[in-house]
Amino acid sequence: MDNTFVKEKLTAKFGDALTNWEEPYGMLTFTALAELNLKVMQFLYDDEELRFQFLTDLQAVHYPLQKGEELAVVYHLHNLNANVRIRFKVFVPIEKPDVYSATALYQSANFMERETYDFFGVNFVGHPNLIRILNVDEMDYFPMRKEFPLEDQTRIDKDDEMFGR
Amino acid sequence: MTDTSHILLPEGSIEKQTTTLNLGPTHPATHGVFQNILELDGERILKATSTVGYIHRAFEKLAEHRPLYQITPITDRLNYCSSPINNMGWHLTCEKLLGVTTPKRVDYLRVIIMELSRISDHLICNSIVGVDSGAFSGFLYVMQFRELIYEIYEEVCGSRLTTNIGRIGGFERNFTNAAFEKLEKFLDKKSGYAPTLKEFENLFTRNRIFMERTIGCGPITGERALNYGFTGPNLRAAGIDYDVRVHTPYSSYQDFDFTIPVGTTGDCYDRFLVRNQEMWQSLSIIEQAYRKVQDMKGAESEIYHADVPAYYLPEKKDVYTKMEALIYHFKIVMGETEIPVGEVYNSVEGANGELGFYLISDGGRTPYRLHFRRPCFIYYQAYPELIQGGMLSDAVITMSSLNLIAGELDA
Repeated sequence: MDNTFVKEKLTAKFGDALTNWEEPYGMLTFTALAELNLKVMQFLYDDEELRFQFLTDLQAVHYPLQKGEELAVVYHLHNLNANVRIRFKVFVPIEKPDVYSATALYQSANFMERETYDFFGVNFVGHPNLIRILNVDEMDYFPMRKEFPLEDQTRIDKDDEMFGR
Repeated sequence: MTDTSHILLPEGSIEKQTTTLNLGPTHPATHGVFQNILELDGERILKATSTVGYIHRAFEKLAEHRPLYQITPITDRLNYCSSPINNMGWHLTCEKLLGVTTPKRVDYLRVIIMELSRISDHLICNSIVGVDSGAFSGFLYVMQFRELIYEIYEEVCGSRLTTNIGRIGGFERNFTNAAFEKLEKFLDKKSGYAPTLKEFENLFTRNRIFMERTIGCGPITGERALNYGFTGPNLRAAGIDYDVRVHTPYSSYQDFDFTIPVGTTGDCYDRFLVRNQEMWQSLSIIEQAYRKVQDMKGAESEIYHADVPAYYLPEKKDVYTKMEALIYHFKIVMGETEIPVGEVYNSVEGANGELGFYLISDGGRTPYRLHFRRPCFIYYQAYPELIQGGMLSDAVITMSSLNLIAGELDA
């Protein structure tokens, strides 16, 4: 099984709904419509030949300049038998970042989606327990978005005796 | 009659037949900052809720503000029991992005360091399983060899725990003779690690008490383990032979002859056995790599970094005397090197699973986005399921046999 085969299978099933086919550093990469993410994953999971049954990684990226599709959720899937990895992305607008949750398919998606929600505010529809995971519960923003810079390293108005700023 | 109206109890708490117990966040038996809220019936666990994030340090955000070479010290602090593997994984990711190929000697030296850190990680994990099940002495037997491994790191890079070892393209300096001498001491058949590991196994593997404590404790089937995203020794203990070193060889792992030990039931005992076997395999890999390094002759035997002046810091004496070296030094330190645009996912077999780096570069001086795939963050989700229905004391050894590292979990 190679990238061309996977691409043909997916194109035969979903047609034009999958775009931006690329192979950066050998990994097949494509973009799916946001409402199709679960269908694509289910197909990749169930298909007799594809069998991408291992969710390696799930995270988001913020592109503030792409109006209407600011947030990208990136999935890395792995077929362990044939040892083929693929990556696919869905883009959603930042005002309504709704993506279907993959937790029904992969238990491992639970924490990963919570982390993605925690840092980017992606709303995973159907997640059993979508609450913050690494940050404090009281936090009212999503810190990995690009509009939040790191604290200025040269600021002098803080007087911290313990850490000697 | 005392007035008790000021004591506020949650509704229904008097009639409740079960006990709520906070295991953690700072509990000596959790070996890290983990909180588990357990619902207990006597000593049996009915329900567990895990809370993580107590030592979150925003590494991904930090990484977005640092040039590539300044991210290495961040990776140290993920799995701090085997920092060199994280460092190497990060260098390999950068090298993949930049298109740098490393010489064979660099690969072999990296393999030596990575396998040493795998041993140091596994020996801690396994001996801690012993400590948690009431056998303290094994822990003290193997500890001297972790010390020796740390001394080898020290000879190579100058530090012991958070190593910051290696650079993009190779090592910061060649291995000294003292480093090789210590390595020989470690590999010695009579007084090195092998006889101690044998002794450690004699203490535990067929020990009736230890077997009773660990067999059937915290088991998981292969199918569930895959669904929960297990990788590394924990997945292999459940019977699935997935190892990044074999599936996607990096750093010339294809040149070595080794086997992947697998278990069957995925319980604490199998995880323990798999880790012990992996230590034997690692020892054999180190021996092979060391022999290959020693067999190198002439100029090849002095190489310790790839010839990539644009990414590899030049030697200090060249910086003071040569114009080009000064320019490269300045460009690298100021983060002005040319970084290609691209996205790359690279993974290495960390000591507790597949450690992945997803790096998106937009050509700027820092990554646009860097995500760490931390193995124990992903498999820790299975913990409530593993301990449900078991005894409280089993929950403790299940946690230590999963090899959870808080620094990696919380990133």
